[in-house]
Amino acid sequence: MFDGTRRRIVSLWFPRFASDRVLRARPVDGPFVLTLQQNNANRIYCLNEPARARGLYRGMPFSDARAFCPNLSSRPADLHADQRFLGLLRRWAVRWCPWVGFEGADGLVLDITGSAHLFGGEAAMITAMRARLARAGLSVRIGCGDTRGAAWARAHHGEEAVLETLPVEALRLDPDTVMALQRMGLRSIGQLAESPRAPLARRFGPELLLRLDQAFGTRPEQITPEAEPPCYAVRMTFPDPIGLVDDVMAGTERLLERLCGKLADHQAGARVLCLTLRLVDGGVQDVELRLARALRDAARILPLFQRGVAEVNAGFGIDQIRLEALQVEPLPPEQVTHVSTRDPGRLDDLITRIGARIGLENVLRFLPADSHIPERSFSIAPAAFSKPEAGWACLRPRPVLIFSPEPIAATGPRPPRRFRWRRMALTTGRASGPERICPEWWLVDDAWQSGLRDYWQVETLEGRRLWMFYTPQNPGWFVQGEFA
Amino acid sequence: MIAYPPRRSRVHEAFGPAAVSFALWTAAQIGADVFWVREGWRPERLNPPGFGGFDPSRLILAQTKDQTDTLAVAEEALRDGAVPFVVLELTAPISLTAGRRLQLAARAGTTTGLCLIPEGMGCNAAETRWHCAPVFDAQDSTRQCWSLKKNKSGTNGAWHVRWDPETHRVTVVSPVRE
Repeated sequence: MFDGTRRRIVSLWFPRFASDRVLRARPVDGPFVLTLQQNNANRIYCLNEPARARGLYRGMPFSDARAFCPNLSSRPADLHADQRFLGLLRRWAVRWCPWVGFEGADGLVLDITGSAHLFGGEAAMITAMRARLARAGLSVRIGCGDTRGAAWARAHHGEEAVLETLPVEALRLDPDTVMALQRMGLRSIGQLAESPRAPLARRFGPELLLRLDQAFGTRPEQITPEAEPPCYAVRMTFPDPIGLVDDVMAGTERLLERLCGKLADHQAGARVLCLTLRLVDGGVQDVELRLARALRDAARILPLFQRGVAEVNAGFGIDQIRLEALQVEPLPPEQVTHVSTRDPGRLDDLITRIGARIGLENVLRFLPADSHIPERSFSIAPAAFSKPEAGWACLRPRPVLIFSPEPIAATGPRPPRRFRWRRMALTTGRASGPERICPEWWLVDDAWQSGLRDYWQVETLEGRRLWMFYTPQNPGWFVQGEFA
Repeated sequence: MIAYPPRRSRVHEAFGPAAVSFALWTAAQIGADVFWVREGWRPERLNPPGFGGFDPSRLILAQTKDQTDTLAVAEEALRDGAVPFVVLELTAPISLTAGRRLQLAARAGTTTGLCLIPEGMGCNAAETRWHCAPVFDAQDSTRQCWSLKKNKSGTNGAWHVRWDPETHRVTVVSPVRE
């Protein structure tokens, strides 16, 4: 029983973590390795027990390993997936105690002080841990001790051993220090602890004594538990199935209030929401809502769901609704001001509703861009993800409509006196120009393959004012735009 | 010039080669933000550096895939009232029902609607219908002729106008001598 003074730490070490993870999903008989490109060579990153029995080891070049063992099967290692999987194991380990941290890339450390009796004592708890992990297909070594250092040492170098008898590597030292200690004849932790401290500190620096003290508990070492990421999902189950739009909206309203409370606690706002309706017959219907800006105001989000909910086929009824914020953005509280009378939220709500019909990426806004090329002198961005920008000063006359260049029959560097465009016979009344625009050579653009362009503003006697250009390097006349 | 700027809470129509500049000049003159709805497949594109007196950052463009979407989006925007001026480019004639729905939406949101229509595809529900064409003038390159072809609450007429960049207004000028 916990007496209130001694800490108890459990260290879990998964010696074949990466390969166990892969083999859980796709079991392989016989030797199996994961390879990783390290220092320009494909080396073994992790291997299973049969491969180790054949004499392969970590860090061995993969080509050598294949020569030793022709029937070796292999896959490339995925470090990110390993990290994610360790995160999942960490969440699982919270079932034993609330205080769980990572120990390197292939281990966990648990502070079981005061929680072991809930599982029938320390020994029973460790047996249960081992059984569950074995059932999950993970090989594990479990060390238990009064300090984090002692637990780590037992997990890595003998689970039942007395700490003093363990070799000096068990102190989490770097290999050079271990090698130097062994040359001095200090092979076990006990020998190290008995030897005088001052010469050791002079020879190896503070790191060695820190690790030694941490292992014996004379200096404290903390376990940093990972913060649980906030879960922005709420659900509601009904005793009887519902089917009317008003009922679903009333349920959604209650869920939204809870969700928005959660969002407000974390100073966040939802950008994408998903309402999942579970039907009585097991079917699932999703209503997705993409907002034009981050929101956490239930009264404003609710009417935006109306359209999506009305389209759902409820079948025999809905017995559970679940609301999740799929994409969340930080939304700090804003100071209310009396100066601004325009409500910017009203426009965002309109964009959201229209975006629900035609897609949020089709509601656009023009932004100025820095280029002389007419087609690139502005950019178009979704209005929901951009802010209006100033800087539209344009010194040269530009047409109000542009289209891809339409050739006309004309020759010579001056605008033609008469020409036909779109089946209209036009006569030039006044032409101003030329304005020479060079292609941007640093960008490849097929439309500008014909080289330089001399732009003319041509006003016709018929009224139309056209923006035409002549390509001197590749003679030809084109109409590209029309003025106001 | 009568019936200009177009009455609020109504939907108007404009056609002709200068219909786009009619919409932009009107927006600049009444100082309103613009919600512009057009079909995404059309080859002509708006060129914001050429908007002249109208600030392109006040325009929001919705690209739809067909006319049904255009009408639905425009009705939503007109009814909402967050943007006071809604321009929609139509490619096919709309029914009286659709035109009437737009009128009701504009009245609910106290917004102004403007349909840019192909020639001869007007809807009877429109409040006014303008034909806009540029006119050649040796001195002035913004001169246009706007003729009121239909007016539910008044007479028709035709005016020669130009854009005055100093005052940011449309000014009526006397016709050029032939």
